[in-house]
Amino acid sequence: MYWSSFSEFLAMGNHGVYVWGSVIVMAIAMIVEPLLLIRGQKSLVARLKRQLRAERQDNHADRSTPLQG
Amino acid sequence: MLKLIVAVVARDLHLAMRRRADIVSALFFFIIVVSLFPLGVGPEPALLRQLAPGVLWVAALLATMLSLPRLFADDYRDGTLEQLALAPQPLGLIVLGKVIAHWLVSGLPLALLAPVLGLQFDLSRDALWVLTGSLLLGTPALSGIGAIGAALTLGVRGGGVLLSLLVLPLYIPVLIFGAGAVDATVTGLGAQAHLSLLAALTLCGVFFAPWPTAAALRIALE
Amino acid sequence: MSNRVINWFKFASPQAFYPLAGKMIPWFWALAAVFGLAGLYLGFLVAPTDAQQGEGYRIIFLHVPASWLSMFIYLVMAFWAGLGLAFNFRLSAMMATALAPTGALFAFLSLWTGALWGKPMWGTWWVWDARLTSELILLFLYVGFIALQSAIDDARRADRAGAILALVGVVNVPIIYFSVKWWNTLHQGSSVSLTKSPSMATTMLWGMLLCALACWMYAIAVALMRVRTIILERERHTDWVRAELIGKE
Repeated sequence: MYWSSFSEFLAMGNHGVYVWGSVIVMAIAMIVEPLLLIRGQKSLVARLKRQLRAERQDNHADRSTPLQG
Repeated sequence: MLKLIVAVVARDLHLAMRRRADIVSALFFFIIVVSLFPLGVGPEPALLRQLAPGVLWVAALLATMLSLPRLFADDYRDGTLEQLALAPQPLGLIVLGKVIAHWLVSGLPLALLAPVLGLQFDLSRDALWVLTGSLLLGTPALSGIGAIGAALTLGVRGGGVLLSLLVLPLYIPVLIFGAGAVDATVTGLGAQAHLSLLAALTLCGVFFAPWPTAAALRIALE
Repeated sequence: MSNRVINWFKFASPQAFYPLAGKMIPWFWALAAVFGLAGLYLGFLVAPTDAQQGEGYRIIFLHVPASWLSMFIYLVMAFWAGLGLAFNFRLSAMMATALAPTGALFAFLSLWTGALWGKPMWGTWWVWDARLTSELILLFLYVGFIALQSAIDDARRADRAGAILALVGVVNVPIIYFSVKWWNTLHQGSSVSLTKSPSMATTMLWGMLLCALACWMYAIAVALMRVRTIILERERHTDWVRAELIGKE
């Protein structure tokens, strides 16, 4: 271990702002990107399911109308 | 083969002459953009001399961009392009002819006009010569590379802005060597190396670019 | 031999690849986490300080992997796009589309960390250094690719137009890099190099390699996630997607 104390680790020899600024932005980017993808995938699946269900109902309706008429 | 290129060039020039207003507008755009810079940064001759190569070259890139969407759009709309693509002659050669014609109505007038504008920037006689020479050498590459972008964005919504987004990054080497040649003359270094590299870029640009352009046109026509 | 070829082509169809990618994603995430933790441990906790640059040099453990990946992803993207164009493989064209945003993200991160490195080292946020400038142009190339593909509604045309742009870009990248370098040496003389430190300790090198591997695994995982969404979207009218959706209900 190179550091003797945690505060020293945070200070990064007066370069803390720059080092942690890089780390935090990179971490945020690499967490947000997959989260957005998961959300996109989920909403796509939901949308496609809705469309599929709507299509089926249409088909049922088509078949049932002549009977009613 | 040469006959085909000449025929395409003649046809395109003929068509361009019917739209002289477009050519003149692009030239005036060039003049206006260049004239804005002294108004923006002040009339200090030393500063202007230093800025001149970059300003003139960047303005030339932008003026070339203006005329690029026209390169294939009219032929695409009236169906000529489809016939050209079906013709037995290689589409790449036809594209080469169109690129040459485009250069004759956009790059060449820019190069001839540039020394006049260079005078406004207090460039020396040598620098004016190199400026004209570098534009003559470099603008064919702009037409060639630009043709790829024009073909890719053919019939695509937001085509004009998209075209500049695609093409301007690819223009960077031409800008660097073109403006660099003038800059080297201004600062007293020789422009020789810059001009040779610029000529190499133009050769590559004009002779290789028509093939991806032809491929892009075929995709657009499908 | 022929058996293996058939297996390969089996997974080249979106239908077969979709579940396979779903199974692979957790593994790449796990690898990314392991490599990332190990690399950051070495880089931030074990590696000694750099005599010349102080502690600020630790940014390179993030900056260098991001730059490498941004360039590497462009090459991979052009490779898949070219393959899709040449052989009409739908999946490889989709892969190219899936890689572009991640590549652009890494290009941005490389610029961001480069700027934060430059402030303490050079005293300014931005220097027109050859590497930074090329990275910026690379970001422009990614943006052009993404903009072109999203402007074209027809998926097939978008794939193929994007492929031509990516291939033209790949030919141009070395020319751009060379010209920027030439321009840089003329205008500035030699500046402090961003990545070369006079004596790179072995721990530093290992830390950097591990971080780069972590980014690589991350890029694969994310690209697979995105390609799954693209597959689902484009194949939504096929029977297998319908079966997949019903199975999930």
